[in-house]
Amino acid sequence: MSGTAVVARRLSVGYGSRAVLSGVEAFLKPGGSTALVGSNGSGKSTLLKTLAGLLPVVEGGLEILGRPVGESSQRVAYLSQFHQSGFVLPLRAIDVVRMGRFDQRSRFARRSRADDVIVSESMELLKVLELADRPLRDLSGGQQQRVYLAQVLARRSDLLLLDEPTAGLDAPGRAAYIDALNFERSRGAAIVTATHDVGEASMCDRVLLLAGRVIADGPPNVVMTPENLLETFGIGLTKVGDQLVVTEHHHDH
Amino acid sequence: MGNFIDPFLHNGFMQRALLAGILVSLTCAIVGTYVVLRGMAFIGDALAHGVLPGVAGAMILGMPAMLGAAVGAAVMVGGVGFITARSKLSNDTAIGLLFIGLLALGVVLVSSSNKLTGDLESILFGQFLGVANSDLLAQALALLVVLVVSVFSARPFLLLCFDGDLTRAMGYKAQWYHRLMLLLIAGTVVVSFQTVGSLLVFGMLLAPAGVGALLAKRIGTMMMWAAVIGIVSTYLGLLASYHFSWAAGASVVLTAVAIFFVVLTGVSLKKSVQGVRA
Repeated sequence: MSGTAVVARRLSVGYGSRAVLSGVEAFLKPGGSTALVGSNGSGKSTLLKTLAGLLPVVEGGLEILGRPVGESSQRVAYLSQFHQSGFVLPLRAIDVVRMGRFDQRSRFARRSRADDVIVSESMELLKVLELADRPLRDLSGGQQQRVYLAQVLARRSDLLLLDEPTAGLDAPGRAAYIDALNFERSRGAAIVTATHDVGEASMCDRVLLLAGRVIADGPPNVVMTPENLLETFGIGLTKVGDQLVVTEHHHDH
Repeated sequence: MGNFIDPFLHNGFMQRALLAGILVSLTCAIVGTYVVLRGMAFIGDALAHGVLPGVAGAMILGMPAMLGAAVGAAVMVGGVGFITARSKLSNDTAIGLLFIGLLALGVVLVSSSNKLTGDLESILFGQFLGVANSDLLAQALALLVVLVVSVFSARPFLLLCFDGDLTRAMGYKAQWYHRLMLLLIAGTVVVSFQTVGSLLVFGMLLAPAGVGALLAKRIGTMMMWAAVIGIVSTYLGLLASYHFSWAAGASVVLTAVAIFFVVLTGVSLKKSVQGVRA
């Protein structure tokens, strides 16, 4: 893939005309990765939804894969934070992953051999291939999350937008997720993740610390300073390895 | 054995009723599956009641009942959209307001007209044994339309059941397909009310699809279970109606709901036994 994955200029995102996050400047290349880090209500999920074309831009400019936002949906994969009815739907894990291929073929075209191979590879990467025939509603939360991630992978998209992708994942699940991300980046896909997880954010090329505005923007080792984290989360934090340690409380955040 | 087959061999009313019931069952199996999976039971119920003033009005004016039912359904669907667009009220509140308002209007219309005395029951509970050939034709056409639309929209409909945001993120017009689904529910109610009645069609939308949800691992299988349960309920209900002189529409729906509870009990027992063994 050539060109740019995401270009945002003086971008404000929100609901209707009310901005919840302003002043976003972003430039993401193919194969690059950006983590959106912030506390609840900081605007990271809203920004991700705007990038996915689910919310209109409040103000500023936004291009996705070289086109106005919303015009490249076939080349974008989005993982939402919540799924509305996973426990009611009579679907097997493999049916959920196959959904990722729905818009990759014409309306009446049958599933191809290539579709099946991609679906199997995606499930294998997330270590859920052995769960393929199990009903989704019988799986644990972590297993379901891995199935949803496999669906994202099955899209073979140029841009992955992931909202809290590691929520509910255990250690093997996280390891599988990291392998999957490396696979996606190696084939040129760009990745944007919204996360609370500092360890996950550290693996990205770039981190945006958000709290209704952009607190800091840059490589993780430069951006994640105790001062910036204090401003972002409202409590003093210091990064020790992959962990954050609380050091002091902020009173006026 | 004769008691089980004879009523349908030599009685034209029973044959037409059985055919109508099969057509209603097949239509409701497809549409009801989406009603159950998307949690749209309340709008389905509201539509079933909302057609009442339309039907009553049409009968007072000497117009086709089905046309009146269609107007009632359109007012319900359009009204819900109007209220939610112009207020911060939830969908449920908007549906509830229109549901009770239209039902009340229907009862007022029926009670104020001498022409409609006694017709309220047939509107609500249908005339299973008085199905005309034109009703059968309308029901068959409705089934065909539902089938074609469901095949054409299978992927976006499935995505909508799964996750509305994902549907839109993949470039499908989620709101458009949601409205199409509402239209299918409304159309099913409008066409089926003459057979099973406006109240009981709601039962045929929910009970067989509910059984399907308990038993199936895939949506296609759920629709097939719903169709089988609907057809079996029609047969057993009509049989009970014939032998015991019960109201036909109510007997069919009662059978479907009874099957739901039998299956629910069976599934729960099976899970309990598996839990004990584990």
